[in-house]
Formats: sequence, C-alpha cells, structure tokens
Amino acid sequence: METLLTAFQLPDLESRFQARIDAEDKIEPKDWMPEEYRKTLIRQISQHAHSEVVGMLPEGNWVTRAPSLKRKAVLLAKIQDEAGHGLYLYSACETLGVSRDQLIDELHSGKAKYSSIFNYPTLNWADIGAIGWLVDGAAIMNQIPLCRASFGPYSRAMIRVCKEESFHQRQGYEIMLTLSKGSKEQKAMAQDALNRWWWPSLMMFGPSDQDSKHSAQSMKWKIKRFSNDELRQRFVDMTVPQAELIGLKVPDDQLKWNEERRSYDFGEIPWDEFWNVVNGNGPCNKKRLADRVNAHNEGKWVREAAEAFAKKQAQRTDSKLKSN
Amino acid sequence: MWPLFEIFIRAKNGLDHKHVGSLHAADAQMAIENARDVYTRRLEGVSIWVVESKHITASDPKDADPFFKPAEDKIYRHPTFYDLPDEVKHM
Ligand SMILES: [Fe+2]
Ligand SMILES: [Fe+2]
Repeated sequence: METLLTAFQLPDLESRFQARIDAEDKIEPKDWMPEEYRKTLIRQISQHAHSEVVGMLPEGNWVTRAPSLKRKAVLLAKIQDEAGHGLYLYSACETLGVSRDQLIDELHSGKAKYSSIFNYPTLNWADIGAIGWLVDGAAIMNQIPLCRASFGPYSRAMIRVCKEESFHQRQGYEIMLTLSKGSKEQKAMAQDALNRWWWPSLMMFGPSDQDSKHSAQSMKWKIKRFSNDELRQRFVDMTVPQAELIGLKVPDDQLKWNEERRSYDFGEIPWDEFWNVVNGNGPCNKKRLADRVNAHNEGKWVREAAEAFAKKQAQRTDSKLKSN
Repeated sequence: MWPLFEIFIRAKNGLDHKHVGSLHAADAQMAIENARDVYTRRLEGVSIWVVESKHITASDPKDADPFFKPAEDKIYRHPTFYDLPDEVKHM
C-alpha cells in the first residue's frame, strides 16, 4: 500500500497525522502512520514487554524461600501480574504488524533490549522489598504518562498495567517497613538492599536528557510526555521521604533538599555502570537471557502437544457433524 | 504459533461484553481459560467470549469519513431538534 503513495501524497498524510496527534486523537492499528512512528512503537512496546517478562526472573528466585506463606502468595500474585503485563504489551505490539515469534526471537537472540535493572541479582529477601518499592515505583512513574500515549492499544495496555501496579509497590514498601521495624540484622538487610538498588533504580529512567537519542521525536508524537530527567526527579522527590519514614538512608552524600527548586538535588548517576550493563556486561545479563531461552525451549513440547490436541478435537467435531 | 483470539468480557450481569485485548491459544477453550487468568484476576468479569481474530471483519478507517458522514446532518434524529412549549415538562 505504501508504495502506491506518490511523493505528493506523503507530506500531506504526515501533516494530517501530526494534526491528529496534536488534537490528542488516538491512532489505531489500521490508521495510516509514518513508518518511523510504527518502528519506534514496535521497539518501545516490545522492550517494555520483554522487561515485564525478564523481570519475573529476579523475583522468581525468592518464591520458594519467601519467609511466610502469606509473603509467598503475594509474591506469586505479583509475578503472575508481570506475566500478564508482558502479554498485554506483546498483544499491543502485534497490532503493529509484527508476530509474537519474531518478538521472542529478537529477545532470545540478544537483538532486543529489556530494562537493565533486571540484570542485577536478588541476594536476600530484602531485595524483594526493594524491588517492589523502588523498581515498581520507578516503573509506575514511567508508565502513568504512557496511559495517554497516542497509540490506542499501547495506551489501553498501560491503563490496565497501571491499575495492577500500585499493589506491587505497596507490598514492596511493606516488606521494607516490616524489616526496618525488626531486629538490628533485619534493618541492616533493608538498608543493604536500598544501597544496592537505589542507583540502578534511578538509571531506569534512561540516559540524561542531553544523551537521549529518541526523546524529541517521541515527545512530538506524544508517545512520551515527560523527559527522562523530569521523571527521575519526580521519583527522587517522592521516594526520599518514604525512605526517611522507615528510618533508611538513601546512599547519596550529595542528596539535599533545594528550597528554591522545591526538589531534591542529588549526586551524579554512575553512567559508566549504566552503559556497561546496557551493553551486556551486568552481573546477570547472561544468566537472564539463558534462563529465558531455556524456559522457552523446555516449553516447546507443551506448546506442540496443545496444538496437536486442538487439531484432534477439531477433527472430531468435524467428523461428528458429518455423521449426523 | 497458536492463533490469535480477541477477548470480550462482561464485567457484571446486565452489561455488554466489552473488548479487553487479545491472546494466543491453541483453541477456543484454552483461550477462555487463559483469558480468565489474564483478564479476570481481580474479579473483572462474570462471562467471557472469545473469537479468533481472523473472523473479525472491520470497517476501513480510510473510508471512515464518507462511511459515517451520512449521519452528520441528520440532527432531527436527536430529541433536542424539537422546540416544544415549556409547559411540556418531561418528554
Ligand atoms: Fe509490570
Ligand atoms: Fe510490577
């Protein structure tokens, strides 16, 4: 279809498309859209879907060792939600004309990225608290503006996701709260988890604005509504008082309330570490990918068996209809 | 790859089934079971419909304008088109 457009029609379509975006109209899968818009969305939504799925791995590490049956049930419910989030997002992405197989292949071959935060290990139970509180907290901060993204299926998926996320953050903070009210050792565990997860959580908002490749165009297309640095600042402002409330110290010597800005000033993010993990050299990059690939390969016979069963059932109904 | 199904959920009795999203499943029965696990984990529904996506025929967004336009100038289809005396309170 694209090839039939003349050089005269294209600019016209593009300006009409931008006018719709500017008017806050939503774009739906079968509407005309610039190829770059489609590509940007496929990249962003699939990265997001992969992150939900890979994000189950660090938490899965603690399901069998949760300290009580209640905590175990809660953790399982949270992880199950993340699987659902992955599904909502893969489905939204597929409406843009890519297949699920293609998306999974790109994850498994290492071509597609997922959020680097999941390349850090979960060393003790407090890490599960820190993840819910900080990692899901940062994710929510990113996701709430995405509920208004210009692409309809993405926006609808994000609304669903956001509804489910708030329990994730609350259960995580509650774990930290409980530990911080516990024995000296338990409180130290909570502090240690905060120390390790703080900076990687700030990195979740992506590179600083001046180094962010895709930002300007995404803002123009209303896929993105706020810059990385704006969202990061909001997260810091929201989280610091929460840490204080449970007697934990944010591991940043330069952290200071700035009365003039009505915001916290904070230290320089270790960007070398960020790029190092993005480029595949974090503590768990190889393990995460290997675990995903294994899970997929080990599930192959199940998928095939279900398909064979469905075929057989369909044949049976067919022959029953014929004999009647 | 398993076929794609569109999922429709009735939130409570008395309401319409509403499209909520899609998922892949080997057959319709599995689509219903997976839809329950994905879309009704918090009691969001009392009934689920699934239909294979390929069976849905949709109007073409390119023709949306001429297709829906005929209704635009028929304002007499709305109750507000009719001027009645104030004495007629509810009609
Ligand atoms: Fe999630
Ligand atoms: Fe979450």
